[in-house]
Amino acid sequence: MSTARPGKVRAAIIGPGNIGTDLLAKLQRSDAIEVQYVVGVVESDGLQRARAQGIEASADGLDWLLSRDELPQIVFDATSAKAHRAAAPRLEEAGIVSVDLTPAAVGPLVCPPVNFREHVGAPNINMISCGAQATVPIVHAVSSAVPVAYAEIVASVASKSAGPGTRANIDEFTHTTSRAVRELGGTPRGKAIIVLNPVEPPMIMRDTIFCAIPPDADKDAISESVHRRVAEVQEYVPGYTLRAEPQYDDPREKWDGNGRVTVFIEVLGAGDYLPTYAGNLDIMTAAAARVGELVATTRFAEAAA
Amino acid sequence: MTGTERPVRITDTTLRDGSHAMSHEFTEAQVRATVHALDAAGVEVIEVSHGDGIGGSSFNYGFSKVEDITLVRAAAEEATTARIAVLLVPGIGTMDDLRNAREAGASVARIATHCTEADVSIQHFGLARSLGMETVGFLMMSHRTSPEELARQGRIMVDAGCECVYAVDSAGALVLTEAKARIGALVAEVGKEAQVGFHGHQNLSLGVANSVLAFESGARQIDGSLCALGAGAGNSPTEVLAATFDHLGVETGVDVGGVLDAAEEVVRPFLPRWPKADRTAIVQGWAGVYSSFLLHAEHAAERYGVAAHEILQRAGEAGYVGGQEDMLIDIALQLAQERDLHAVGAR
Repeated sequence: MSTARPGKVRAAIIGPGNIGTDLLAKLQRSDAIEVQYVVGVVESDGLQRARAQGIEASADGLDWLLSRDELPQIVFDATSAKAHRAAAPRLEEAGIVSVDLTPAAVGPLVCPPVNFREHVGAPNINMISCGAQATVPIVHAVSSAVPVAYAEIVASVASKSAGPGTRANIDEFTHTTSRAVRELGGTPRGKAIIVLNPVEPPMIMRDTIFCAIPPDADKDAISESVHRRVAEVQEYVPGYTLRAEPQYDDPREKWDGNGRVTVFIEVLGAGDYLPTYAGNLDIMTAAAARVGELVATTRFAEAAA
Repeated sequence: MTGTERPVRITDTTLRDGSHAMSHEFTEAQVRATVHALDAAGVEVIEVSHGDGIGGSSFNYGFSKVEDITLVRAAAEEATTARIAVLLVPGIGTMDDLRNAREAGASVARIATHCTEADVSIQHFGLARSLGMETVGFLMMSHRTSPEELARQGRIMVDAGCECVYAVDSAGALVLTEAKARIGALVAEVGKEAQVGFHGHQNLSLGVANSVLAFESGARQIDGSLCALGAGAGNSPTEVLAATFDHLGVETGVDVGGVLDAAEEVVRPFLPRWPKADRTAIVQGWAGVYSSFLLHAEHAAERYGVAAHEILQRAGEAGYVGGQEDMLIDIALQLAQERDLHAVGAR
């Protein structure tokens, strides 16, 4: 049985697919986390890849994981909403923190630079959606500078990077993301739009964030807040960039007398396991790894010391 | 199989595709008057929605002056025999929007996806059928894929509960035989279980001609708009379709005089401008760009002092699809930056 190196928090990944494998690559670079187990429900390439890196991997699912002598302290779930809903109570009962990359939303919705601190003690943390991880930080940055009456985000992703789960329930993306835009972004009304584009070579993930702002809004303060926030996200997603300076439109009657700021973001993936155009998947695994590290260094700091 | 019993059913989309050309500013009075005239002229299906489908009201596509559900309800009240259709684009609108539209009186659900992404519509077809709605699948930008792939995508929709699959020429880019080949492939794949339809745009002035060829290739449902009111250079004009099919002896059930009057007396007075194949719209057909980008490109061009047709040309090169209106601002910013760099270099 492998044991985590001293000072590192023990972790497991459930779901050894593309997302789980990319997440593993990111966590392998972590100073705070050691992935000890990778778990699936069928034998797969992902389990083989984990074993090749010296990690204990099993196709016997959660039962196998929860029967280990040394349990993980954090579990990253990259399976499906249905599977996570079933796993969540068992993980919590075992005292394991869940970082949930599925749309299950069992626990609070978390975007690291926006609200991790509020949920540092939560037994289950949900990573919302790719679109939310890419756009909610910007909505929050704008609403930290001025009141935002309405925010709207448009996420464009390469068709090849939209998995069967997203395709089978695209409304789930729309609902969860718009909820995060409101609740985390800090605006009473929010809307989320997703567009799949099949162009070849595949397009890099793009996100556009529109916020309704007061007619007399301090534009310099907004732009400064946006730039600061982009730098914060870049700490864990290096390929997260502004395509242009924030754009300001004059107030219009049709916008209830509000003006508008528009922010254009590109998310180039790190290319750990997934292709670089799939910034939408990269930002999910990067944000999950970030949350895992924050949990490890805050909650388990003493235990690990 | 449901759908139409006639050789051709004309679905009028003045109050949906026309929403683009109206910058989504339709009033309830305009909707009522148009529905009244179309209904009286024997048009069986009238589509009413924000241009980007129900739930499309937004910064990205433009806010509706009147909520689309309010307009759907008004249209359903006004119609005596015509049925009201709504468009829903998954990713923009949601199943909640469809439930609301049904409750407001819509009885035909037209679910639209990019021509290669039909699988995102499966849950929406399921809901539409469970709500007792007639279903139509809209494969947008169908010039962007092969007839064979289009047929495979049509199969996905039909298996999900779609009763008529449309080849949608969103960019007005299909030229005659290209439209024919797509309709033929769809009929061959799904023709035993479902009908096939065609939705044309006039960017290359071929909407009506393509519609006739579509009919000859087996399409049974054809879209049109009064005065061509629609995105880009507009749609195949309903009144021209009615006259043309009548000339060919193909029964549509539409009274030609009635739709001519509707176009001339009801719609023409509120046209912001008569849709036509001007430079910008022709570039859309030529470069294969989503017709709804037209006014958005013009606004971005004005805001940043660049040319609208250059924005659209780049949108075509980048392969942007319906829904990516935000990218037009991004392109305008790039063009403005290149212009400024050029100006500095020239000094």
